[in-house]
Amino acid sequence: MKAKIIVMPKKTVLDPQGKTVKHALESMNFTGIKEVRIGKFMEIELEGGNKAELQKKIDEACHKLLSNPVIEEYTFEIHE
Amino acid sequence: MRFGVIQFPGSNCDQDAYHALVDVLGQPTRYIWHKDTTLGDVDCVVVPGGFSYGDYLRTGAIARFSPAMKAVIAHAESGGLVIGICNGFQILCEAHLLPGALIRNRGLKLRCEYLHVRVETTNSPFTNACRKGQVLRIPIAHGEGNYFAEPSVIEQLQREDRVLLRYCTKDGAITDDANPNGSLDNIAGICNERRNVFGLMPHPERACELLLGSEDGKLIFNSILQHTKAGRHEAVRVS
Repeated sequence: MKAKIIVMPKKTVLDPQGKTVKHALESMNFTGIKEVRIGKFMEIELEGGNKAELQKKIDEACHKLLSNPVIEEYTFEIHE
Repeated sequence: MRFGVIQFPGSNCDQDAYHALVDVLGQPTRYIWHKDTTLGDVDCVVVPGGFSYGDYLRTGAIARFSPAMKAVIAHAESGGLVIGICNGFQILCEAHLLPGALIRNRGLKLRCEYLHVRVETTNSPFTNACRKGQVLRIPIAHGEGNYFAEPSVIEQLQREDRVLLRYCTKDGAITDDANPNGSLDNIAGICNERRNVFGLMPHPERACELLLGSEDGKLIFNSILQHTKAGRHEAVRVS
């Protein structure tokens, strides 16, 4: 089993990296961009087990360590 | 006054803090290794600047779970003094000893320079030797010092007089130009509700000798000494 986790800065938090990349894209004539936001993608290989239990564990890991709820939001999926 | 300076892998201002405390201020000070589970008999813990655990994941995120930090949290909860400088401030936020978070500087640039901060309140163990409104010249050196918290938290910090330092011009004006990193409300340093935990991005330990360009940082450490001398071991609460 594998957990795929996406951590993104909250909408209310300034994302200077995203802004800078947006400017760079525009300077290479990539038009029509509304917004760029940059986050993180993580993969965790799991030994297996009960999917509902793993959901709970990964959720706790995301909340306590993998993201900072003050500035970030996360989503994840667990694949067989 | 006994100080303890925490050392994480990647700390690089631990020796600056040790030097300021021992050689300039003449205080008994010792290092505390990140794997230590107890702090010993220290009165004030310094969580120094640097790049603890390589800044992996987020600044301060890994350090927060180290054995020494568990002891620091217990020390803070029992009313002991804790000062977190730069990466130390980031760690204290991650450890939930202080609210909010420090994100990438608005300009994405690591800013390393002398600047000015204004003392917003003297009602703390860390600023009681200053005058309210006093402008201190202290250096910063960080890429992630942009203080962020929800509007309700910022409002609470204001209401409870917990913003100790703000970035300002050399005349003490709070302007956007004087803000090096985009911090909300020009916030450079805050304390917790109990007023015994202080986090700040500027480096007072690097501004304790004229040879280094300023002695203003000594006011922060002298405040701590004055607080303890006055026998106020318990942090002062705002009514």
